[in-house]
Amino acid sequence: MSPLRRLILAAAAVASAACAAQPQAPAEAPAPAARTADAAGGRAPFSSTYAPAPSPPTLIRGATVLTGTGARIDNGDVLIVGGRVQAVGNALAAPEGALVVEAAGRWVTPGLIDVHSHMGVYASPGTDASDDGNEATDPVTSQVWAEHSVWPQDPGFEAALQGGVTSMQVLPGSANLIGGRGVTIKVVPATTYQAMKFPGAPQGLKMACGENPKRVYGGDDRFPSTRMGNVAGYRQAFADAKDYMEDWKEYDAKLAKHEKDRAKVDEDAPAPQPPKRDLKLETLAEVMRGNILVHNHCYRADEMATMLDIAREFGYRIAAFHHGVESYKVADRLAAEGVCGALWADWWGFKMEAYDGIQENLALVDFPQGGCAIVHSDSEEGIQRLNQEAAKAMTRGQRAGLDIPPERAIRWVTANAAKSLGILEQTGTLEAGKMGDVVVWNGTPFSVYALADLVFVDGVLLYDRAHPAPKPRSDFQL
Amino acid sequence: MRKPALVAAALLLAPGLAGAADLLIRGARVHTAATAGTLENADVLVQDGLIAAVGSNLAVPAGATVVEANGRPVTPGLFGGVSQVGLEEVHQEDETYDAELKLTAPAWQHMWRPEFDVTPAFNARSIVLPVMRVEGVTWSVLSPLAAESLVIGQGSAVTLDGRFDAALEGSRSLFVNWGSAAHDASGGSRAAQYMLFDQAIREVREPGTSGPAALLLPEGRAALKAYLAGGRVVFYVERASDIREVVRYARSHGMKPVIAGGAEAWVVARELADAGVPVILDPLENLPDDFDRLGARFGNAKILHEAGVRVAFSQTDSFHLRKNRQLAGNAVAHGLSWEAGLAALTSVPADIFGLGARRGRIEKGQAADLVLWSGDPLEVTSVAEQVWIGGNPVPGRTRQTELLERYLERVRAGNAK
Repeated sequence: MSPLRRLILAAAAVASAACAAQPQAPAEAPAPAARTADAAGGRAPFSSTYAPAPSPPTLIRGATVLTGTGARIDNGDVLIVGGRVQAVGNALAAPEGALVVEAAGRWVTPGLIDVHSHMGVYASPGTDASDDGNEATDPVTSQVWAEHSVWPQDPGFEAALQGGVTSMQVLPGSANLIGGRGVTIKVVPATTYQAMKFPGAPQGLKMACGENPKRVYGGDDRFPSTRMGNVAGYRQAFADAKDYMEDWKEYDAKLAKHEKDRAKVDEDAPAPQPPKRDLKLETLAEVMRGNILVHNHCYRADEMATMLDIAREFGYRIAAFHHGVESYKVADRLAAEGVCGALWADWWGFKMEAYDGIQENLALVDFPQGGCAIVHSDSEEGIQRLNQEAAKAMTRGQRAGLDIPPERAIRWVTANAAKSLGILEQTGTLEAGKMGDVVVWNGTPFSVYALADLVFVDGVLLYDRAHPAPKPRSDFQL
Repeated sequence: MRKPALVAAALLLAPGLAGAADLLIRGARVHTAATAGTLENADVLVQDGLIAAVGSNLAVPAGATVVEANGRPVTPGLFGGVSQVGLEEVHQEDETYDAELKLTAPAWQHMWRPEFDVTPAFNARSIVLPVMRVEGVTWSVLSPLAAESLVIGQGSAVTLDGRFDAALEGSRSLFVNWGSAAHDASGGSRAAQYMLFDQAIREVREPGTSGPAALLLPEGRAALKAYLAGGRVVFYVERASDIREVVRYARSHGMKPVIAGGAEAWVVARELADAGVPVILDPLENLPDDFDRLGARFGNAKILHEAGVRVAFSQTDSFHLRKNRQLAGNAVAHGLSWEAGLAALTSVPADIFGLGARRGRIEKGQAADLVLWSGDPLEVTSVAEQVWIGGNPVPGRTRQTELLERYLERVRAGNAK
């Protein structure tokens, strides 16, 4: 079995575990991409080469620990061994040779996760030469992959790490109805994006509702120029991908028959010709197989309902609505469908579809049973302070009378984000066996004065505020 | 004396109140943003819309409204930054956007209109205003914006209390792009910014010498003239070398420069302090967003302040004025003193825009723009519990609270579908 095939299966398992009422991904024949990888042998193209450096056992002792599972442990300890969380609790013993962090008065959380970043694809500095986030040449560009635009030297990565962010999803922009594949990375210094890729993480698919696609194309008198045009565009793309899947299915059947006949009937019978690979439709087929997770930029409640119907029509699920300024209006529907709301704490007003933004949005999306609220940034500034954004939203929820303690709100920037990215099995909480992605804060992270003192990624101490690296990590900043 | 329009606004804001009643806020932690610093367990007395007294155990005038602060903090009303609030209702809807001049005139004619003043376009009934003032933002500075111009135009400080005549006297300023911000408007070279400005200044000082290729119309000459005689000119400029050069240039031509943006201002902190030039900056800006800002860093505010430069805070989004105090909190987290953080939201911007005698501090004689907070005013988990502008209580309802009210019950009932 090729690594990519394993990756895809693992991703499908994670995806269906996170799924509620939406269609389940059926087990299907391997995607054409996986066959190519099989044929090539060895490492699949573009697959992760990330391998954390060895790290000493680390015991963080005496902290207020928010585990990301909803629990808070006072005077708690976190033990990381071999790059993984080994134990979380009280009065843990330090293994021999362990690095011991005395953390009394400090708080410990899982590494933060941003599900919506354009770091690397819209890097700093924003030059014409690095304007790589929107393939705004066609409303459906599901064939493009954000990772192929990622510039690993973007100084923003280090800034995000210093804000306690250990994983992020880098997405294409929202110019297109279907903008392309997103990539989940670890926030680690690297020369190539492959060396940042989160091992085993499924890719995302960026889709966009509403104003952006129709403005970008309609402004040039192209399709789509209306919301009804948008919807026709998504549907035609998935309908084409359905046909494409059928073509491959047919080919598989012919091939199987051919293999059988060749042995028994006619050794010289010509082999059937495989369909021409279509990278655009391949991506959408993988979405319908449940191997790529849909991350859908969508502000308005009514448009979210439309997108849920489209997902139902074509049998895929939506992992999260991003920006979702009106998510609170359909909070119960989102919870029932198992769709997360990836949201800002207080952005509003900059365009019509953001007119109804309220600061209680996250708290209201979080409220129903199964509600999945996520704080996302979409900003190289905001990503550095996801904890403060969560703090603002938590405060607004509390002021509206909702019971949201910090141990609940921390899930908005950790576990819930991991769930929507299909990596919750690996990270997002402090539980035995998970990646050692851990942040030690100088106090409660729910404060404007909060600073990350220590940031561990897979057990490796990558940021130590008291002992900053003498030089920036980005070559650009030398 | 209060103008009739102001009384009408007051009535609108506070139904049932005939003008502002006397008000005593009692037992507060009063952050004066003035030389008195922070006063514990202090009272603030408001009469006729002004602060009448600040001290301990003040007597309650007959008929005064008494608000028990119970130790909660009180600050001056906050500065929302240099923004386009009230000049834009929905940023991306062109018809609601009035901050930029886009005349279809020959380029130099619409790019050289210092007489363009956005102040009359301010919409006191904008739905954005209540959203900001319930969070303690009581005033802002209107700036025109234009990516395509060197001289953008003029604007004024405005009170956000909802009165129609909102401009604050003495605050009018000219806004100018400099450095890469005006690259295209200066023929592709920042060197030409000095060249073009030289020409404009000559047109003002020696009218009739420039012939048919004049940059300025007569109204423009008149407008610019005032600024060449000690007027306040806000330069949007980021790069250290440009800041240094434009400060020298502006002062040598009689302008009083203010630096806005100033990502690399810390590099020339000493020179700015010596020249008495203030900086309006965003302390969250720490990334090299462009080649003018390679030196952007968290320590900008702290370094400038400690060098003796007056620092005020602003971000650039009209819909985020309420975020200004988060900017200040972060500057404090990165080493700025708390008092300087508050001053950057209150007294310093008031002084920069010529309003310091009436606004920005809790002192006798100042306008009673006050905010009572649930906790540390710079903390993201604190909220404004009551806001007063000119002594009038600001009602807590906004379009956003109306939306919350409608949907909170639906969500609680499991019915938000």
